[in-house]
Amino acid sequence: MSARYGMVIDLDRCIGCGSCMVACAAENNVPALQQATVRTGLTPIVVRTVSNGQEGAARRETFIPIMCMHCEHDTPCVKVCPQQAVEVDRATGIVMQMPQRCLGCRYCMTACPYHARYFNWWDPAWPAGMEKSLNPGIAVRMRGVVEKCNLCHARLHTAKEKAAAAAKREIDPTDYVPACVEACPTSAIHFGNLADANDPVAKESRSPEAFRLLARLGTEPKVYYKSKEAWVRDLAETNSAPRPEVKHG
Amino acid sequence: MSRNTLVFAFGVSFALCVGWIVFPRALYVQKRQPLTFLHKTHAEKSGIADCGECHTLRADGSFAGLPAMEKCTGCHSEKIGDSQAEATLVNNYIKPGTETPWLVYSRQPANVWFSHAIHVKLAGLACSECHSTYGESDQVRTYELNRISGYSRDIWGHSMSRLRRAPHEGMKMSDCESCHQRHQVEVGCLGCHE
Repeated sequence: MSARYGMVIDLDRCIGCGSCMVACAAENNVPALQQATVRTGLTPIVVRTVSNGQEGAARRETFIPIMCMHCEHDTPCVKVCPQQAVEVDRATGIVMQMPQRCLGCRYCMTACPYHARYFNWWDPAWPAGMEKSLNPGIAVRMRGVVEKCNLCHARLHTAKEKAAAAAKREIDPTDYVPACVEACPTSAIHFGNLADANDPVAKESRSPEAFRLLARLGTEPKVYYKSKEAWVRDLAETNSAPRPEVKHG
Repeated sequence: MSRNTLVFAFGVSFALCVGWIVFPRALYVQKRQPLTFLHKTHAEKSGIADCGECHTLRADGSFAGLPAMEKCTGCHSEKIGDSQAEATLVNNYIKPGTETPWLVYSRQPANVWFSHAIHVKLAGLACSECHSTYGESDQVRTYELNRISGYSRDIWGHSMSRLRRAPHEGMKMSDCESCHQRHQVEVGCLGCHE
C-alpha cells in the first residue's frame, strides 16, 4: 500500500529553540556560509514567530516551524516547473525536488504559497575540516538551483535498504523519522503515515485542534499544525495575517 | 562528380572519422589498476565460488563494495608464489597496512543512490546482469576515465553508438530506467537520487 507521509506540529509545545533547523542543516548538508542572510540562506525548515497583532497584556505570540507542506493536490511547484524537476512521489506522497535537474528559474519559489523553497546563491562551502561531517547519503547541491525539504529522503533510503537486507518490502516505520522530528526536544513534531487510519499521527491530524496553513487553496498540504488557541488556528486562514517576523540572531 | 561534391564528401567523412574514431580515443584516459588482481585465479585456487564472499552486504543492507585489505591479509599475510603482483600486494599494501587504491569501474556520480540489497535480495538479480562475467575473468581490464565527466567508461558503456549493446553494458540512467520499465518497477526521482 502506498504511504502518505505527513506531519502534525503541535505549536503549543514548540519553544522556538531552532533545534529542528540545526538538525535539518546537518542532515541535509546545508552549507555554512558567512554571507548568507535570513533572506538568502538555505533553511528547509525555519521557525518563525507570529502574533495576534495586539499590544500589551492582550498580545499573544507563538512559534511556527515552516517547511515544505508536501501538497498532495495540484501541487503548485510541480505545476509550474518547466524542467519537471519536482514531482509528487506516488508511493510516499513526498514532493520530491531534484536539484540536479533544476535550471534555477525560481518559478517554483514564486508559486509556493508557503515560501518553503530556497535558492542556492553561492557554491556550497564549509569551514576547513567540516566537510568530514557531511552526510554521505545526501548529494551536495550546486549553485544556481532551488531546493527544499524532501522529508529526509536519505533516511528513507536507509530504511528501505535495511528492510531489503531482511528480504522485506515494507520498511519498519521506526526506521524512517526525519531529522527535525528526532531533534525536537519537546516532541512537538510528529511524523507518520497519514494514509494509515490507525497511525497515531493520522488520528492526530483529524483532531479538532489540527489545522493546515492556507487549506482553502485546495492543495491538500500534508503538514498539519495543532493548537488549543483559537487565534492561532484562525491565523492559518487569514489573508491579512501579520507577515511572520523572522527571529534574528 | 563535381569538385565541390568531392570536397563535401571528404569533409563529411573526415568529420565522421574524427567524431567516431579520434574523439572517443581522446575522450578517455587509460589507467592501469594498481594491482593485477585476477578473479579467475581466486575462484580456482582458493575455492571462492560466490561474489558475496568478498563483496559483502552489511547487516544494515549497505554494500561494502570492494573488500578491505583485511580480507586479503587473511591469506596473503606472507607472499604466496613469486609473481610480481604478489610482491606488490605484500610489500606496498599488506606490510604498510594501507588500502589498495582500486579504480572502481562501476562508481556512479555522487547524486546516485543505488542499493545492492534491494536489487539482489528483493529483485533477485544476479551480479552478472550488471557486471557481466568480470567475476570469472583472467585479466585485469584497463580503467578508462572520461576526461570531461571524470566518470568511468563503464557508465556510458564501451560502444559509443550504444547500438546493439549487451544488457550489462552501460550504467546510465536510461539503462536503469529501461530495466525498471521491463520489470514494471516504478520509482520516483528520489527513489534513485539523493
